[in-house]
Amino acid sequence: MTRESNSIVFVGHVDHGKSTLIGRIFNDTGMLPTGKVDAIRATCERRGMPFEWAFLMDALQAERDQGVTIDAAHIRLRTKRRDYLIIDAPGHKEFLKNMVTGAAGAEVAVLVIDANEGVREQSRRHGYLLRLLGIKSIAVAINKMDLVDYGAERFGEVAKEIRSYLASIDVKPTYIVPVSGNAGENIVTASPKMDWYQGPNLMDALDRFTATAPARDLPLRMALQDVYKFDARRIFAGRIETGQLRVGDTVLFSPANRKARVASLESWNTPVPKSVAEAGESVGFILEDQIFAERGELVSHATHPPVETNVFRAHVFWLGREPLEAGKEYKLRLNTAELPVRVQAVEKVIDTHDLSPQKTDRVERNGVAEIVLRANKIFAVDEFTNNSQTGRFVLVDGYDIAGGGIVSMRGYPDQRRIIEVKSTNISAVEYQVTPERRAERNGHCGGVLWFTGLSGAGKSTLAVEVEQKLFRKGYHVYVLDGDNVRRGLNANLGFSPEDRAENIRRVGEVAALFAHAGFIVITAFISPYRSDRDRARGATRDFDNIDFHEVYIEADLETCETRDPKGLYKRARRGDIKEFTGISAPYEAPESPELLVSSGEADIDACTDKILEYIEQHFTLKAV
Amino acid sequence: MDHLDRLESQSIYIFREAFNKIEHLTMLWSIGKDSNAMLWLARKAFFGHVPFPVVHIDTSYKLPEMIEFRDRMAKEWGLKMIVGQNKEALAAGMNHTKGRVTCCTALKTDGLKAVVAEQGFTGIIAGIRRDEEGTRSKERVFSPRGEGAEWDFRDQPPEFWDQFKTDMPPGTHLRIHPILHWTEVDIWRYIRRENIPVVDLYFAKNGKRYRSLGCAPCTSPVESSASNVEEIIAELEDTRVPERAGRAQDQEAEDAFERLRVDGYM
Ligand SMILES: Nc1nc2c(ncn2[C@@H]2O[C@H](COP(=O)(O)OP(=O)(O)OP(=O)(O)O)[C@@H](O)[C@H]2O)c(=O)[nH]1
Ligand SMILES: [Mg+2]
Repeated sequence: MTRESNSIVFVGHVDHGKSTLIGRIFNDTGMLPTGKVDAIRATCERRGMPFEWAFLMDALQAERDQGVTIDAAHIRLRTKRRDYLIIDAPGHKEFLKNMVTGAAGAEVAVLVIDANEGVREQSRRHGYLLRLLGIKSIAVAINKMDLVDYGAERFGEVAKEIRSYLASIDVKPTYIVPVSGNAGENIVTASPKMDWYQGPNLMDALDRFTATAPARDLPLRMALQDVYKFDARRIFAGRIETGQLRVGDTVLFSPANRKARVASLESWNTPVPKSVAEAGESVGFILEDQIFAERGELVSHATHPPVETNVFRAHVFWLGREPLEAGKEYKLRLNTAELPVRVQAVEKVIDTHDLSPQKTDRVERNGVAEIVLRANKIFAVDEFTNNSQTGRFVLVDGYDIAGGGIVSMRGYPDQRRIIEVKSTNISAVEYQVTPERRAERNGHCGGVLWFTGLSGAGKSTLAVEVEQKLFRKGYHVYVLDGDNVRRGLNANLGFSPEDRAENIRRVGEVAALFAHAGFIVITAFISPYRSDRDRARGATRDFDNIDFHEVYIEADLETCETRDPKGLYKRARRGDIKEFTGISAPYEAPESPELLVSSGEADIDACTDKILEYIEQHFTLKAV
Repeated sequence: MDHLDRLESQSIYIFREAFNKIEHLTMLWSIGKDSNAMLWLARKAFFGHVPFPVVHIDTSYKLPEMIEFRDRMAKEWGLKMIVGQNKEALAAGMNHTKGRVTCCTALKTDGLKAVVAEQGFTGIIAGIRRDEEGTRSKERVFSPRGEGAEWDFRDQPPEFWDQFKTDMPPGTHLRIHPILHWTEVDIWRYIRRENIPVVDLYFAKNGKRYRSLGCAPCTSPVESSASNVEEIIAELEDTRVPERAGRAQDQEAEDAFERLRVDGYM
């Protein structure tokens, strides 16, 4: 006899009647504890005020004194049909953090709107937050119909306004129900006063939402909470967020990238040991091989691993006292992982009233925004659209949880393939010709000049120009440029974020080899991601005495777009080219390049000279 | 997974977060059904172990059966138990006739504060549930307490997506509530499923039983014929009488319980 249960949160603008409706539902379904109505009546009389249904939920003295809900209350309701967890969220703007606290755990939301006042500031903000919180089952209750004479026309106006707002954020309410909390109309029985309304009463509407099943069919994810060694067993503990885990499965820990087979599922006081566990279960398992893994690792099957990255985009809501700003550091808590992150960019601050972008890059308390977050190490994550459990996070500022958000990788590559080392048992040959001896013969050292900048900034033009001049002076120099390597070495790569990253990785490795062979290598790739350029720098570290010089060929977007030598910007603006750097994909400018060349301000000759001078200073052997 | 499985899994998750995040952790053991079920859940979370000490605040007015049960179970389950008592207040003659709320504050809240200070605990696990009464229905799972153990209910931290407040300034502590989301009947169903021992006082004798256990002078039995777990569940599925109806300190004033809790009561 398992009864279905469902959790329902009531949200909406302050005073629109959320607590009242809940009190009324309890009363009208006959579920109030004995003596409760009398106690509330006595309280109201003592305070010299009319009877308030809201006092069932508003239990704190301060709430009753001010007639406003301060914090979310959770209360169970058993109806004939099923069990509910009813959550009463506060509507006052000041208590938005409590609204989020209440709403985040709900499967269904009832957005309450006062028929008389209509759609207000928090009606919209709460609606917007429901989407960020991943709540898709939504009913709208248009309350206080008694104040508008139970009129169909006013109901229609308010319904239309809220429906169109929700549609603009891709939310579609399943029901819009006219009610009166105070008068108890259309709560559990159809209201004769509103015979023009044909839909379900409020309770019927709620009963029609089906409970969401735990996500057993998604790929396996378990965030490692802890590793226990209370006795002879070494138990890996955590909760399965999605998917299933079987004894005998090989599991992958990310970002550690270690694999092992599950020997057994452990538990205490269970009659038979389990052989399979599924989404929602808190479990513990023992592995066949002793591998090292710590809290924070994400456990999956190797066939469907999470994304690995050190940077992602986020759609955030901010609850902190201090505003969120670009450049600030926070602690990221992502599943059970914790690590410092920096806000790389605040891309868009959104006004939840009309969804217009605001002219600011500060996200104030109760604001929502799109930002980019970067850590200095790789971690495992899912995109929210693929896995809502593991694709969300909170930010901690000082001692406090100050915001939450959902993850998108739009424009950023999964770095898993790039960092995965497939070949083992490698032993490199010892070179007998050292870089020093090559340099002696050439008269200069080998090294990499890594040009980066927007399309049209002048990377290729300058690279070719510098190459020619150096060659004439007797330097061993070679340019690696985009289309040239894509024809052969990288012919199997496309333009997805992953392929772009792989493209750059290979160029970085080839450049390092050329440099080791004694060449001055100039690369001319947009290479928009910092992580890719850092990796290219890393490739040269495998060799002694090879230097890597990041050269930022700087020109602003406007300049590049006017130049548009290949007509690419035009096509990107038209939408013909997707994920075009600067237009629809990010360009992460170098933070401290070895050389900055502003091609927007100086002409080609001046830029060339500046680079040549730099090379002579850094690569030419000084006469001893 | 059925309803009880889901509740159990969530409690285990909370226990494991607390154990990982909090250095000096303890659990309050009131000997009642809730804290017994909670102790059971801890052993589920830690595979048969209870990896932290349990604290019992002895007001000296507890029903004798409770103390007998406590000592028996502590031995059987191998618990590390700390018994706290506000001896000063007792020596000065504190009892419920000085005012029930005053007495609760002195013997329970202050008794607890003393143990916390002495042992340096930074996290206290307590078995309260949201369905018990109004202020508890607004509680957080990880609920911060100030330097004087006070509860700032006007400004509770956000808590969502199972990300709990675990960073605390020195001198403050956290209350952790692993069974906050359970109801009274959930607890009894779990006791039935898992065969968890509870003190006999819950079972009806001569037409009365205790529904909630506290100190003898302030706890009265309710009319009931439920003499075993099965019958208690049947009774609860039917009743509209609130659980704490037999707890006198709640009834002193509209805000009696709120004041107790703001001061640091469980
Ligand atoms: N006329 C009329 N008044 C109502 C109705 N429902 C609620 N009210 C009144 O509106 C006021 C606010 O009601 P609450 O239930 O406290 O509103 P709320 O949405 O819970 O407010 P917060 O939780 O503070 O955001 C109270 O005075 C109620 O009596 C209704 O259907 N008709
Ligand atoms: Mg309210």
